[in-house]
Amino acid sequence: MSTRIQKEAKKDSLLINMGPSHPAMHGTIRIMVELDGERILNSEVEVGYLHRGFEKTCEHKTYFNLLPYTDRMNYVSPLINNLGYVMTMEKMLGIEVPEKAQYIRVILSELSRISDHLTCIAAMAMECGAFTILLYKMKAREFIWDVIEQTTGARMTTSHIRIGGVRSDLHPGYEEVLKKAVVETRNVLKDVSGLLDKNKIFLDRTRDIAVVSPETAINYGWTGPCLRSTGVYFDVRKTFPYLVYDKMDFEVPLGERGDNYDRYMVRMREMEQSLRIIEQAMKKIPKSAAGTMAKGMEPAEAIKTSRDKRVEKKIILSPNLEGSEKVKYQDILTKSKKVVVPPKEDTYTSIEGLISHFKFFMDEHGIRPPKGEVYFAVEGGNGELGYYIVSDGTDKPYRLHVRAPCFHVMASLEEMIHGHYIADVIPTFGSVNMIGGEMDR
Amino acid sequence: MEKKKIVEELKEKFPEKIKETSSDFGDDTVIIDRDFLGNLVQYLRKEPYEYTMLLDLTCVDYLGREPRFEMVYHLLSLTEKHRLRIKVPLSEKNLSVESMASIWKNANWLEREVYDMFGVRFYGHPDLRRLFMYDGFEGYPLRKDYPLRKRQPRIPLRK
Repeated sequence: MSTRIQKEAKKDSLLINMGPSHPAMHGTIRIMVELDGERILNSEVEVGYLHRGFEKTCEHKTYFNLLPYTDRMNYVSPLINNLGYVMTMEKMLGIEVPEKAQYIRVILSELSRISDHLTCIAAMAMECGAFTILLYKMKAREFIWDVIEQTTGARMTTSHIRIGGVRSDLHPGYEEVLKKAVVETRNVLKDVSGLLDKNKIFLDRTRDIAVVSPETAINYGWTGPCLRSTGVYFDVRKTFPYLVYDKMDFEVPLGERGDNYDRYMVRMREMEQSLRIIEQAMKKIPKSAAGTMAKGMEPAEAIKTSRDKRVEKKIILSPNLEGSEKVKYQDILTKSKKVVVPPKEDTYTSIEGLISHFKFFMDEHGIRPPKGEVYFAVEGGNGELGYYIVSDGTDKPYRLHVRAPCFHVMASLEEMIHGHYIADVIPTFGSVNMIGGEMDR
Repeated sequence: MEKKKIVEELKEKFPEKIKETSSDFGDDTVIIDRDFLGNLVQYLRKEPYEYTMLLDLTCVDYLGREPRFEMVYHLLSLTEKHRLRIKVPLSEKNLSVESMASIWKNANWLEREVYDMFGVRFYGHPDLRRLFMYDGFEGYPLRKDYPLRKRQPRIPLRK
């Protein structure tokens, strides 16, 4: 069976494959190019190498259980993917999230956005030969992931943002770590700007390459930094504000020409704005209503006591994750009890708690949104990350569809590289930040 | 207020063509016949609405219901700052709908995905092939009657 490009190719031109296993094809994607010398006459992009049946799998999982799958969509900014899914569910369930949890969500999703952009530019610059940039950016990303790791307990597959709130409060000493991450990232951004912004080699490879007009970008359904690089003002955080983004003061950087360099520049500027948001959120985040934990009984002792009589004292449980104790629930989770995991303190020490725990996790129980369908989108690292969920009233989604932002950008890659040199494929491909897991689902 | 207006305006403008409108969960939806899709989209793309962006295009399989399939289009208007959902029910016997690939370029891939996963045919599509699955894949995986762990036959190596 021959592909489209094989049928269309001229007799004397050269057909070559880039990928699916090519060091510059982040993830796996295959680009077939028809060449005349080094110039690209025609190309065909083949995707689906990372297709894991995400949507089909979700139809067979409960609303609570499918959350970890969303981490694996865009594995560079998993927290935003959690957020998109969770907020769609919250829209459907109609629940309010405590203010502190909203600030935690903003901080975490901005950190993810920075790590997403850092990775994109690092890879793009490295493929153009600037290996230093990769090392600098990875250094900054480590500082960011330190904050994420200390709060969520994981680096990439965090599953931290849950329906109704977040898994746990921010880590006790988070302020210091976060401040350090902000400072270090600023330094790295300054260094990288110095190395790349006016670099002749980098400019030659990115300026006026793969220029996309605003009309084409809109026609292709581009969103996020790629759309903004063409000069179109659209940011989900500004146009359809969610969480506490309307209380934040930040700007939306726009490009002028829509070429590779503008896409690089918009990402760099956006990281600065994200750092600004984090700093504001750190100042505005409400103090914990619960305060510090009161002294009380150890769980083992409480269980022993509960065999004879009801435990009156407070139970101090050391949960797997610090900051998810029962006293913190009012800060981090919604009051609606049906959608959140009951506190472990109750589960292990009272029969009612145990029942509510089982009721939450049993099939056909747990989170059951009303019938209907809902679409909600957040601003992901690559653009509008939308979830479309159809519910039939049971505890499993009837249909779950993800609007992956880079899918739409990749659909235009054939047009973007048309007429350019084969070496231009690499920075072009790097600048659009294709994430295989998100695109192929 | 503005948002409700669009759905109501459309209903007033095309009373026979628009079968149903709803705004559940704040998402404005219009349900139309498939013959009307092209016209409605062209109408919405112009002023004063300017729904110039196709955000998403997908399909839902309501097994056991007639019509069984439903195409779902999400449009975005940058000037109105509003999203609109268009739903087009499709029966299993005549599972085809007009392609939007000539209007929105990203519809090319999106429709290939829907064809791949549900088997919906799009007439007027320039290159309707499977997108994620390989040539020789049997069945349509996102249909409700496709089992979760179904095995596929081996396919011969491509020459």
